[in-house]
Amino acid sequence: MIRVALLVAAKDLRIEARSRVLLWQVVPFGVIALVLAGLALGPSRAGSSGAGPGLFYLVLVLVALLMITRSHGLERAAGTRSSVATLGLDPAGVFLGKSLALLVELASAALVLASGSVLLLHTSLAGTLRAAPSMTLALAGLAAAGTLYGALSAGEGAATLLPLVALPAMTPLLVAGERAYSAAVSGGALAPWWLILVCALVAYLGLGILLYGVLEDL
Amino acid sequence: MVHLAGAVVIAGGFPLLAGVDLEVTSASLTVLSGSNGAGKTSLLRLLGGLVGLSSGEGRVAGVDLARGDRRELRRRVGWLGHEGSFYDDLTVLENLTFAARALALSREGISDALSRVGLSSRAHTPARLLSAGQRRRVGLAWLLVRRAPLWLLDEPYASLDDEGRVLFDDVIGVALDAGATILVSAHQPLGLERAARVLRLAGGRVVGDS
Repeated sequence: MIRVALLVAAKDLRIEARSRVLLWQVVPFGVIALVLAGLALGPSRAGSSGAGPGLFYLVLVLVALLMITRSHGLERAAGTRSSVATLGLDPAGVFLGKSLALLVELASAALVLASGSVLLLHTSLAGTLRAAPSMTLALAGLAAAGTLYGALSAGEGAATLLPLVALPAMTPLLVAGERAYSAAVSGGALAPWWLILVCALVAYLGLGILLYGVLEDL
Repeated sequence: MVHLAGAVVIAGGFPLLAGVDLEVTSASLTVLSGSNGAGKTSLLRLLGGLVGLSSGEGRVAGVDLARGDRRELRRRVGWLGHEGSFYDDLTVLENLTFAARALALSREGISDALSRVGLSSRAHTPARLLSAGQRRRVGLAWLLVRRAPLWLLDEPYASLDDEGRVLFDDVIGVALDAGATILVSAHQPLGLERAARVLRLAGGRVVGDS
């Protein structure tokens, strides 16, 4: 399982490094969305309203949906699905590998967006650094949930079906992530939100390992 | 190698295969002919474990289609679909290396296979930059690396020039000599002199066997 996971993760990251969809399309989209959010709030209110963490996670989930669609679109290209299926890869390994690659991609995007949140929305830098562990947990959860629901919504109309099925499932991650970020900025307690994030991550990893093979064959 | 009895495959409420009875012995070449929608691709996909059996019974390469592990069956077939193979953004060499690693196969045969299909100079070219015929050759190279006991080839001559067709026939001949069982689909009967058998499909059934 681990061998397949590393193989799939390396393959997905190699494709991303070559196509640069994340660099040239997804991250710029996220930055523009963050700038627009800042403009909507107004430069004077953006920093003082405490909206930075919420806007960060709102934009992050939009970026995540794009990356999930992209990640599963790779597997649905003409001929790819059948060719790869005949390799008989361990589905749990494929799930973990795609989740790992998605985590690396989301972490890259989150680094840019968090910097944007500090620079454009005047969110506290110290608070943002303090929120880094909770962000990592939330990103890992988003990657696992996204990989699972990406497989569930594979096929025709996947791009429009994915948000419908994935967003409700991602809600605990988004709420706990945003609350942890806000708590880190305001000096509040982080432990309860970390617990929720860890539980959600473990649940999605467990579901993915158990169910990914079934979803692949739908 | 292949045993089907009353094999039915239904997708979206539509019968892709409507009761196929078929016996194929090892180390043989079988050509599936028939018009569009006759069921050729569906039959190959069933034999490759890419779709499930809705009813009937079948055994392919030692795996029970109704109760066995389809993933195990997939590991025993060499598949060439009528689209491309693997990932467009990876190079030819990266694609073949990925596939070989996935099956824990030696990568030593990759350069020989690429040389055999005339793609050595394209080893570091992303697959999306290849012509349709060159993509078919990548698929053929993968079959050579894989050396599966059962080859399932869906319209293998599509997009190939005359040289490519000759190459394909050569490879099929060598594979047969090595003991592989090969099923090839085609819209029309092909000029394969070594074809032991031509099956004609229509409406998801075998309607002719010669």
